[in-house]
Amino acid sequence: MCLAIPGRVESLEQQDGMLMGRVDFNGINKMVCLAYVPEVQIGQQVMVHAGFAIQIVDEEEVRQFHQLWQQVLDHTSDRRQER
Amino acid sequence: MDVNEPFRNPNLAERLLKELAADPQPAVIMEICGGQTHSLLASGLDQLLPRTLELVHGPGCPVCVTPVEMIDKAIHLAENRHVLFTTFGDMLRVPGSNSHLLAAKSRGADVRMLYSPLDALALAEQRPDKKVVFWAIGFETTAPATALAVWMARQKKVKNFSLLVSHVLVPPAMRQLLSSPQNRVQAFLAAGHVCAVTGWQPYQAIAEEFHTPIVVTGFEPVDLLLGIHRAMQLLRSGCGRVDNAYGRVVRRCGNEAALNRIAEVYCQCDRTWRGLGLIPASGLRLRDEFAEYDAEKIFDLQSNHAAQTGPCISGLILQGLKKPSDCPLFSVDCTPEHPLGAPMVSAEGACAAYYHYKTR
Ligand code: SF4
Repeated sequence: MCLAIPGRVESLEQQDGMLMGRVDFNGINKMVCLAYVPEVQIGQQVMVHAGFAIQIVDEEEVRQFHQLWQQVLDHTSDRRQER
Repeated sequence: MDVNEPFRNPNLAERLLKELAADPQPAVIMEICGGQTHSLLASGLDQLLPRTLELVHGPGCPVCVTPVEMIDKAIHLAENRHVLFTTFGDMLRVPGSNSHLLAAKSRGADVRMLYSPLDALALAEQRPDKKVVFWAIGFETTAPATALAVWMARQKKVKNFSLLVSHVLVPPAMRQLLSSPQNRVQAFLAAGHVCAVTGWQPYQAIAEEFHTPIVVTGFEPVDLLLGIHRAMQLLRSGCGRVDNAYGRVVRRCGNEAALNRIAEVYCQCDRTWRGLGLIPASGLRLRDEFAEYDAEKIFDLQSNHAAQTGPCISGLILQGLKKPSDCPLFSVDCTPEHPLGAPMVSAEGACAAYYHYKTR
């Protein structure tokens, strides 16, 4: 029930005074209510639950996490090869 | 880039599993959310974690905790011929005291499964001949959606739309579990998408009062391992505090716009949880300003206090006191095709998860 999936905002529009937008989920497009992420910009990723974006994804955090762990994993496999 | 991709990295999962195995320490950790229960079993992590670590499954499945009398009310409403009854798909097969919504539908009730409560509002505008009711179920994750639908209905003066509200809140249920003399839980993985809305701040008081670590956790295998890892670190250092292991989605104060809308439309109320009983201030109801959109007030819905009958032990499962495999009916008499209790019906129920991933 609390399933939320990430998608990228492709366009913004107002409907009945409410911020809506087209969101791309890996090739599938859907209109999503963006009223709860009023600061969202085209190109950003949002977590969508029941047709509503509930949060903007912090992609910088994901990048940093990815880099950090890639280094740790590379380091471990280097050490394995040295042995 | 798929932002969840790095959190499915098998090498990273292996590495985290190794670290957990290197310093084994017995612990009982509860994942609150049924979505996380599924992810744990689907990825096989439950088999790969050190044996010293016990993960127990929490009450975070809204379908599972909705009480029988609320389901009976929903069926009663759906059978009103002026009503077009709408809800999320998960609710259709949950057994009430003697029927479920799908059976009502086959008897002629107009019951529809929708993706978003805004679709129910649009349906009300298209069908002025019907009273469209949306069954607002779910935790803090879903409440912003239903709150906005009812707020929009008022803005647009749509009169044939209403909500049957059975929203529930996570923190009061955690308090109830921790206060129980039977409690075994030493640390919690808090439900990531509930926290996306509420933030992690509301959990700080619980962590301190009960001296229990709470780690906000996501849904991918690496997310779960990161959550477990941090919970173990906090347990080892004796820290009763909150940590956020789902930083890409969860902020300290949550989603302010959503929280403001919830507060405008709803107020807290006592609610009965299936399996857990009455929990004070654990639910949301519509504020009096929205009474004309409250299906419980518009329609005459008597509550008949139906008790859960039969041999289903879902109450113990939802409190983390028993596992689905402890139930004598599991996979014998009770299967997803013939469910005898809500945790076998719901896609997020612990019994369904065990059935799908453990019996094959
Ligand atoms: S297996 Fe079926 S009867 Fe047993 S607890 Fe789960 S839902 Fe209830």
